[in-house]
Amino acid sequence: MLGFVLRRALSAIPSLFGLLVVTFLLIRIVPADPAAALAGDNATPQQIAAIRHQYGFDRPIGEQLIIYIGQVFRFNFGESQYSHRPVGLDIRQRLPATLELTFGSLLFATLVGIPIGVVAGVYHNRWPDFVLRLFSITGVAIAAFWFAIMLQLLFSMQLDWLPLRGRTGTGIVLPSEVTGSLLLDSLIAGRLDVFADALRHLVLPVATLSLGALASIARFTRAGVLETMQKDFVLYERAVGYPRWRLIWIYVLRNSVIAAVSQIGLLFGALIAGAVVVESIFDWPGIGNYTVQAILTADYKVMLAVTLLIGVIYTIVNILTDLTHGLLDPRLWEQL
Amino acid sequence: MADPIIEIRSLRLTIKTDEGAAKILDHIDFSLERGRILGIVGESGCGKSTIIRAIIGILPAGARVETGTIRFDGEDLLTLSEHELNSRIRGSRIGFIPQDPYLALNPVFRMGTQLLEIMRWHAPDDGQGRQGRGRRHRDRIVALLRRVQLPDPEAALERYPHQFSGGQRQRLVIAAALATSPSLVIADEPTTALDVTTQQQIIDLLRDLVGEFGLSMLFVTHDLGVVAELCDDLCVIYAGQTVESGRTAEILARPRHPYTKALLACHPDRAATFSGIPGNVPSPLRAEPGCRFAPRCGDVQDVCKARQPFLSVDRSGRAVDCVLFDMPENVAAT
Amino acid sequence: MQPQTAPASGPLLTRAGRGGRGLKTFEDKHQTATGFDRPARLLILRKFARDIPAVIGLVIVVFVIAIAIIGPWIAPYPGDVVASHLLQRLKPPSAGFPFGTDNLGRDIFSRVILGTRGALEVALAVVALAAAIGVPLGLIAGYTTSWLSEVIMRVTDVFLSLPQLILALALAQLLKPSLESAMLALALTYWPFFTRLVFAETRRLRVSLFVDTLQGIGASTARIVFAHILPNAISPVIVRATIGLGFTILVAAVLGFLGVGATPPQPDWGLTISESRNYLPDAWWYATFPGLAILLAVLGFNLLGDGLRDLVDPRLRRSR
Repeated sequence: MLGFVLRRALSAIPSLFGLLVVTFLLIRIVPADPAAALAGDNATPQQIAAIRHQYGFDRPIGEQLIIYIGQVFRFNFGESQYSHRPVGLDIRQRLPATLELTFGSLLFATLVGIPIGVVAGVYHNRWPDFVLRLFSITGVAIAAFWFAIMLQLLFSMQLDWLPLRGRTGTGIVLPSEVTGSLLLDSLIAGRLDVFADALRHLVLPVATLSLGALASIARFTRAGVLETMQKDFVLYERAVGYPRWRLIWIYVLRNSVIAAVSQIGLLFGALIAGAVVVESIFDWPGIGNYTVQAILTADYKVMLAVTLLIGVIYTIVNILTDLTHGLLDPRLWEQL
Repeated sequence: MADPIIEIRSLRLTIKTDEGAAKILDHIDFSLERGRILGIVGESGCGKSTIIRAIIGILPAGARVETGTIRFDGEDLLTLSEHELNSRIRGSRIGFIPQDPYLALNPVFRMGTQLLEIMRWHAPDDGQGRQGRGRRHRDRIVALLRRVQLPDPEAALERYPHQFSGGQRQRLVIAAALATSPSLVIADEPTTALDVTTQQQIIDLLRDLVGEFGLSMLFVTHDLGVVAELCDDLCVIYAGQTVESGRTAEILARPRHPYTKALLACHPDRAATFSGIPGNVPSPLRAEPGCRFAPRCGDVQDVCKARQPFLSVDRSGRAVDCVLFDMPENVAAT
Repeated sequence: MQPQTAPASGPLLTRAGRGGRGLKTFEDKHQTATGFDRPARLLILRKFARDIPAVIGLVIVVFVIAIAIIGPWIAPYPGDVVASHLLQRLKPPSAGFPFGTDNLGRDIFSRVILGTRGALEVALAVVALAAAIGVPLGLIAGYTTSWLSEVIMRVTDVFLSLPQLILALALAQLLKPSLESAMLALALTYWPFFTRLVFAETRRLRVSLFVDTLQGIGASTARIVFAHILPNAISPVIVRATIGLGFTILVAAVLGFLGVGATPPQPDWGLTISESRNYLPDAWWYATFPGLAILLAVLGFNLLGDGLRDLVDPRLRRSR
């Protein structure tokens, strides 16, 4: 088992290395003057020269790569123009908010999407299937940023049921940070008022971000269920009199979901990307928002750091997904 | 004949396909007396599996029973609702042994879970109340597994289907079929997926179990050799129709229907050379009028092309559907 | 009782016999050079026609393409790409302005129609470029069995493990924000999907078409690839391209929204929604209708792509 984990982790190294190389090349190949680009629009010639020296743009390419790798491993990504603080620090502070949003969305999408997919699969070609398929296919086609604005229009501006933006209301005293998730930390600290407030602020962003994922999960759960229902063991279980609802929600579901797990892992990557837009619209204090601001201020240091970070998260999630898939299917246990 | 445990009369069934309605079953007729083993024999695609599915009520979507009755212990199964079938019949009074246990068992659940699931919903009420019922079910399963000669039954419950050999899996599903003390067990080609040695073991096991538990068994197969060994009675199916039925020994010794004769003649034990019956089984989509075997029959008559299916039953209970045996004095009401 | 007789060999009516006697079967008569029976093609069309969502998708796509082409001629105020009529700013939907007007008094209905062309042009350019890069790479990687194949697939894997939107954003920003750089960025992040697909198909066909044998008897690589492999691999590519068109319209809208794609006064859908934010919630029509246009277009391509996929990949076919 440990061997499997190690082997899988090791196989990620070429991808990670490729990621490093791509981000490395990105800043050096694309702009005319990398140093000027990194220094920003308002930099003085001395600042530009300082950057050039610091990053080694005047050195041979091989040395540059080594310098770059060193920077990455020391989490030295320079200083953000916007916040005037080290980028590494900014990222470390903002990451929990993004993770809370993305995990929350993934959780919601899974908890709602899977049952929807099962119902659609079981009622194949009857009206629940059509309705749910319509919903799924529309859900994937909706632009997240537009959906967010529509939700804000309706629930915030018109009905005033939910807050318009942000992660917390004004004047709320935050509990001490244990997990980084406001929901969990407030529960741990016993501060139910903060919990309720954080939850209200999570609703619209999660609803927006999870939409595409929910639709996707429903779709491939449905496909998995349809495929599983064709299998002989389902016929056998019917023949020996398994109660129908148990047959579907326990025995068919587990088979269908195993294949779906790897898809869910891929979705996480899409969620991280989607978080960029959603955070920007809801003023969510996470990495996504940070990235958008970096784009608008042409802060390349931040963008490169974020690209690298997200690439790493992608890779880690892929590894975890593979591991989970291996753990869930007993037939694979021999190979572990 | 004594009150049969299961009796099918004039069963007609069509399945809707992309290319039209396929008459899969057309005039199926047989009955099984209690305590006996009836072999249902036919080529692949003749409809034997469909008969089983019709009995248990797990027909595919698009299947329609046109006419006929399936009387089990006095009730017509075709008139029961899905709920009634699932709660009273399947698993409890009719046991089922599938053809390929590797495909039939759920790969991601332990054997114990799967076996206990059947027990939980269909085990006969032993009158000892709900306390400790799980334990009693488990004990019964373990005892049964031991009876079917599965090594180390306790450990087997914790293992997954892919961790067993083919013969062991077959024993597992046999135990599953018997766990709820059914009165009828339906076996769908249980030896087809096995090697010859294991086949023999399973056949012997089934024979013993039928005697020991007082079961009645419907044994579907295409292998005449197995039928000769195991089945008391025999029903030959061709292209969705019963062509001959009666005591196995008699049919094998003195086959009447031309198809039965041809089948026996081709059997490796009797034929000098490897040959088949010339021609192909007619497609259920294009049901020609008249006897379905006529195109391939060596004794075909002109009247065969227009003859409706009709089973003549003689005094001993032997039934044949062939113009050659439509003898007025032997005709009994069917 | 008839005496037992061995089965006589009567008239042989096997299916093979029918053909072997010189009578051409129905299938024989219609065999064409590519091996497709004409009846089979009709069967495919009929199967497609029974798939209602796919047909709806086709209708929507045709509609969207039509709007893109004849847009400037049917928009009530074609000049509203650049003009501004401040007297009519922020008017709600009415007979004269079905979608209302924006903050510069321009007719949103017209701008949505005019924006269709831009959206489709971008989508087509991106998908075409991505395919132009990805398909050849996939063919090469699938066809050769040397280290070249390995290298190409490794690079593809790396690109696939990169977050697409982020990379597109970074690239678009680095290249100076404009529609062209956004298109380039999107193409550069989408080609791996084609490569992976074509690689798998080519590898599969390589085996099933006995390419090694063909090479052995002297068939040239070009002939094998173009005459045999490409025609069979093209169907999944078309499916992927259709879905890609929908996806690109969506991502391009995001880029426009973030200000990294189209620039004012272009009637880009995403850009319009971005502009609308300052005027919410009063001018609700400003954001709603462009978004619905995006939804419709993407929905159409998705439905069509799904329908095509169901036709092409028999494994996914369900009996309807």
